Amino acid sequence: MKYIDEFRDGALAADIARAIAAAVEPERTYRFMEFCGGHTHAIARYGLPDLLPANVLMIHGPGCPVCVLPIGRIDMAIELALEHHAIVCTYADTLRVPASGGLTLMRARAQGGDIRMVYSVDDALRTAREHPDREVVFFAIGFETTTPPTAVALLQAAAEDLANFSVLCCHVLTPAAIAAILDAPACEAPTGVPLDGFVGPAHVSTVIGSDPYAAFACAYRKPVVIAGFEPLDVMQAILMLVRQVNSGRAEVENEFTRAVTPAGNRKAQQLMDQVFELRPSFEWRGLGEIQRSALRIRERYARLDAERRYPLAYRTIADNRACECGPILRGLKRPIDCKLFGSVCTPETPMGSCMVSSEGACAAHYTYGRHKDTVEGTA
Amino acid sequence: MCLAIPARVVAVSGPDQAVVELGGIRKQVSLALVDGIAVGDYVIVHVGYALARLDPEQAAMTLQLMAEGGAASEVAP
Amino acid sequence: MSRQVKPGYARALDIRHGRVDLSHGGGGRAMVQLIRELFARHLGNAYLEQGNDGTVLPPLPGRLVVTTDSHVVSPLFFPGGDIGCLAVHGTVNDLAVMGAQPLWLTAGFILEEGFPLADLDRIAASMARACREAGVHLVAGDTKVVERGKGDGVFITTSGIGVVAESCTLSGAAARPGDAVLLSGTLGDHGMAIMSQRENLGFDTPIHSDTAALNGLTALMMQHADGAIRLMRDPTRGGLAATLNEIADQSGVGVLLDEAMIPLRPEVEAACELLGLDPLNVANEGKLVAVCDAALAPALVQCMRTHPLGREAAPIGTVIADPHHFVQMQTRLGGRRMVDWLSGEQLPRIC
Repeated sequence: MKYIDEFRDGALAADIARAIAAAVEPERTYRFMEFCGGHTHAIARYGLPDLLPANVLMIHGPGCPVCVLPIGRIDMAIELALEHHAIVCTYADTLRVPASGGLTLMRARAQGGDIRMVYSVDDALRTAREHPDREVVFFAIGFETTTPPTAVALLQAAAEDLANFSVLCCHVLTPAAIAAILDAPACEAPTGVPLDGFVGPAHVSTVIGSDPYAAFACAYRKPVVIAGFEPLDVMQAILMLVRQVNSGRAEVENEFTRAVTPAGNRKAQQLMDQVFELRPSFEWRGLGEIQRSALRIRERYARLDAERRYPLAYRTIADNRACECGPILRGLKRPIDCKLFGSVCTPETPMGSCMVSSEGACAAHYTYGRHKDTVEGTA
Repeated sequence: MCLAIPARVVAVSGPDQAVVELGGIRKQVSLALVDGIAVGDYVIVHVGYALARLDPEQAAMTLQLMAEGGAASEVAP
Repeated sequence: MSRQVKPGYARALDIRHGRVDLSHGGGGRAMVQLIRELFARHLGNAYLEQGNDGTVLPPLPGRLVVTTDSHVVSPLFFPGGDIGCLAVHGTVNDLAVMGAQPLWLTAGFILEEGFPLADLDRIAASMARACREAGVHLVAGDTKVVERGKGDGVFITTSGIGVVAESCTLSGAAARPGDAVLLSGTLGDHGMAIMSQRENLGFDTPIHSDTAALNGLTALMMQHADGAIRLMRDPTRGGLAATLNEIADQSGVGVLLDEAMIPLRPEVEAACELLGLDPLNVANEGKLVAVCDAALAPALVQCMRTHPLGREAAPIGTVIADPHHFVQMQTRLGGRRMVDWLSGEQLPRIC
């Protein structure tokens, strides 16, 4: 597969690994956060930590929109299906996330809720056209990669005057989440050492461009390297971060130049802007309330906004008290630092956000990396 | 929510629709988010939509950089 | 004058346009007609013609092996096969990987009211063909009909009986550190063939299921290497990952796979990429995994490759000592990661 296989080449990986080993200063520890859940998954799935020197640590960030989706939002989707008898269309990722009352969307389906998995928002539109007598709601989650398709679908629905379609909008924003992590008090870190830099998300950046990260690099003095989705991209980005840290630079660099430009996808940005506006505040699971971090549908399209169409109320539901997802999402703790990890909390019975999706730090570690936990002291 | 795959455009069918091919699999995708896509281009596909055109020269340059052990750092323009 | 006794039903079954109705499961004439004019037409043989409530089978030299399986696949017809041949292959394979020669099958059909007889005819014909190719006979059957909406067209439950030599020691507990792990061919074909048929995934190019009876291949392997093969298994639901984890637990060992050695069809690999699925978790219906003495592995692989169903056979890993019974994989990148059981049902990933 072109543009995929070349960036998974084992020989090149060994070359870059050697370059990283040569570049790191032996006395120094480098702590980099990969923001994007897709990167977390790639790192785990290819066993990348084995190729990095011991003093380069990858911290897994909250860039997994399923992980940060509050329980209360899933409750709303379930309510739409079970109480308002709407056909709820959702991406597969949300189906097993535990919500209130021991329910998941999948269990709600077993209870009679008409909940349908879709691969694309277009499938939800099609469902609405095919069932004019039923209400259809699309459960829209995701960062800026996934938001533009929802925008296109909303505009399509408005143009067609599709009377039975609406969207439950839970789209969230990457820059706001990065800021929230950087604003977290560093003294919470067990080692007292803050993050040294970020591996920026691949596909979010194709949409928003590399420019928005300049603010962080500047204000927080942290280097950001935007990395492509493949393992070699991640390794190359780590090399670039090590070099920045060594020379005391804090710049935005772009490793994913084949798909990311400084300005990003203007057309997609304009379409998003046409349909969505900023919410003053939004609750993120594990991170709490973050200002101006999420989107809602504009007044002009109120008819297509499930939150205005149905009498839904959002309720905050707290996670298990022993759940360490908050600190883990901020990169302050590791999965094995959580008492619940692997015992009570597993991919089959997830207790918190980091385990509910295969991209969460805990799920990725459990599924791909827990063989390392059996070796004394290391993870 | 970043799972996106580069795929080759094999046909442009109707306004804002294309057929892409990956490893022999063909799939319909929407071009509503991109402009100026031609047959033969590679696009990044996410949930049934093309998000960006993949730049072949940049891809080659990136691989070159990797092969050189990432000789000199590249700062974004 | 003498007249021939007419059968109790005046008109022949309308296979082209007819549908299953509740009377076909009622035990009366309609059911007998369905059995005679549809099932027996394709699947009839001397055993079934005994015509009693139970079929008497001849004694066997060796030990009996029995297995049972249920088939609820949807869609019923998919590129490369259908629920009928899938049912036969699955049952035959469960016996074959035990080192047994499959002989006899039973099949119970639960039909949904309204199911087209034309489709049922196709399924029966497909089962008959699969039985002939595998060299097995259907020796008992049953039919029930449930009301419309209470079934998915048709469910098939089978059992299979085979015979295995007294000397056969194949067992899931027999894997030992140092043994080689072999795979008979490409992974994920069946699961992705089914996935890609789902309406809302919209793949234009069909991926074909690999459904096939493996008893010819297993017989060849046993002939060639009897004694050096520890066990064989067919990695169906849950994929290779589930099968290897089962074996690791049963034998009290670990497994280390080499990703670069695992054969994948390009279109299956591409489909997995598009859906965010791991081929190691995807179902197979015409593949087997074998664990054998490492010294014999190269010759056994060569032997498998002489068979049409083993052309892409490959050594994919090694059994290792591991008190935690982990299955691990050396990725093509050089790092190591775990190959865990699939969590829950396999769903396409967007993230």
